Amino acid sequence: MRLNIPSLVVAAFVLAACSSTGDDSANSGSSGASSSGAVSSSGVGQKAAAPAGPRPGTQEDLKVNVGDRVFFDFDKSNLSTEARTTVERWGAWLKTYPANKVVIQGNTDERGTREYNLALGERRADSARDYLISLGINPNRLKIVSFGKERPAVVGSNDRAWAMNRRAVLVVSAN
Amino acid sequence: MMTVPSFRSTPALLVVLLLSVLAVLPARAELTVDITQGNIEPLPIAVPDFIAGDDVERKLSIEIAEVISANLQRTGLFRPIDKKAFISQPQSLGVNPRFANWKPLNAQALVVGAVNIEANGALRASFRLWDVFAEGQMTGLSLTTTQANWRRVAHIISDTIYERITGEAGYFDTRIVYISESGPSDRRVKRLAIMDQDGANHRLLTDGKTLVLTPRFSPTQQEITYLAYYNDQPRVYLFNIDTGEQELLGDFPGMTFAPRFSPDGNNVVMSFAKDGNSDIHVMDLRTRRVRRLTDSPSIDTGPSYAPDANKIVFESDRGGSQQLYVMNADGSGQRRISFEKGRYGTPVWSPRGDLIAFTKIFRGTFHIGVMRPDGSDERLLTQGFLVEGPTWAPNGRVLMFFRQEKSDAQGRGGDPRLFSIDLTGFNERELGTPFGGSDPAWSPGPIHQ
Repeated sequence: MRLNIPSLVVAAFVLAACSSTGDDSANSGSSGASSSGAVSSSGVGQKAAAPAGPRPGTQEDLKVNVGDRVFFDFDKSNLSTEARTTVERWGAWLKTYPANKVVIQGNTDERGTREYNLALGERRADSARDYLISLGINPNRLKIVSFGKERPAVVGSNDRAWAMNRRAVLVVSAN
Repeated sequence: MMTVPSFRSTPALLVVLLLSVLAVLPARAELTVDITQGNIEPLPIAVPDFIAGDDVERKLSIEIAEVISANLQRTGLFRPIDKKAFISQPQSLGVNPRFANWKPLNAQALVVGAVNIEANGALRASFRLWDVFAEGQMTGLSLTTTQANWRRVAHIISDTIYERITGEAGYFDTRIVYISESGPSDRRVKRLAIMDQDGANHRLLTDGKTLVLTPRFSPTQQEITYLAYYNDQPRVYLFNIDTGEQELLGDFPGMTFAPRFSPDGNNVVMSFAKDGNSDIHVMDLRTRRVRRLTDSPSIDTGPSYAPDANKIVFESDRGGSQQLYVMNADGSGQRRISFEKGRYGTPVWSPRGDLIAFTKIFRGTFHIGVMRPDGSDERLLTQGFLVEGPTWAPNGRVLMFFRQEKSDAQGRGGDPRLFSIDLTGFNERELGTPFGGSDPAWSPGPIHQ
């Protein structure tokens, strides 16, 4: 039993390091975003950045230089000040790339019933969509879809994962 | 005589069951089990192998007795006696059993059956249920069907035994449709799946390429309505179990979800989401006309018809948090029924009409509970990190739901699993499935014509 203690301590340090990295990348939307972030925007099929950086107007460009997601409080769908700032950047980006159409994917954490969460995810996506429209983006460029609690960005039943899963993600449509 | 179509409606598989109740001798004392009581002592019952002639019959006779024993055991109301303890084996269906050989085992009830393969290959199964201490027959039944249907024979015999001793309809000749879940939780593969209530005859109905959720049986059990993400659009579909054909139910601009059939199968009630607002609508399947039932600027979903089709229970957050409401089937008379602390969702009206089952979230813990349709007499049956989505056995005495534990930082340990529990809150049991399981829906019961 004694022999196991040092290895446990090491494991704890490794976990702590992982989790702080995850927090940073989630909040800044930087290129350090976890691979799970890439999974949630799958279907777009953009490759990792070339040395010169992501191609302008692509999903990767959005993710790296703008931030592709906003977060919500538990059981809430209103945009926080921080989320509004992100959506404003989305609006500017969409005006820079007027040919781009996008889907806003609404998601929830796992702590709700399935159908309610589908509706809540739809409401979150719609909040972001509404704000983009108010910023002058043509509604025809904006679709929404809810995945409820079906597509967590971060696995695990803990506060950090739940906070990162209560999100709306802007995804460039493939066309 | 009663004609019972098989679950599959193809004529080749049509089953004809010939019921003839064998001569019933009056029992002196009534052998009963009161299933409204919770933690009762299970009734000892002996289910020896059925009487058989050749090897084919012998194999079926052993399997039928095993399925009956397993069905009765899972109810928690019966305790099948170990076959190794039997003193004798019944030799004939036509004579009284040697009760003296069953009394020392304290067998209260004895099932004596026989299996015959007839000249045309049909399977004929007969049985008599005996009250050992009163030395009288309680019921009897003879069924003829194809050999392939031997499991349904065992289930129908189980239903007959259960019904005779408990006074309640059995629920063994039924099926479960649910969502089979596999893979990591952030890339979960979900497939529509169907099985008998005991887990046998398991079949996957979709290939897992498309996300599918929340299936419900039609009253005829030939169709399932569910939510699927074909073309990345969450919408309500009809799935024909026999043909595997899918049909989109209406083409509406936003998400359609939370579908359930009306008790007569002519309507599907569901939610439409548009512009952040979800309302309940009903579609007439014959005319495809849609009528809106709720119009509050809130999340109105989870509709479930009362068995008489006059009322619908649903959930809404119109008052600020997720709560249960009841309305008339035309949308009038909406009123809240849940008033205890916590959030309430997924209401399901009991097929008996007397209760509504629900999921409740209180202080971060999920519960499965029941209340009367007016909201009174709330009773919580089980709880956990996540328990959700109750569905009623057709006799309104047993519920199935799914349970999910917390997952670790690698996403391990969070696979959902199916459980059943008695209305008394006792006898919670897992129903094993090949992969994880969620969103169970119990079939409305056997099809009688």
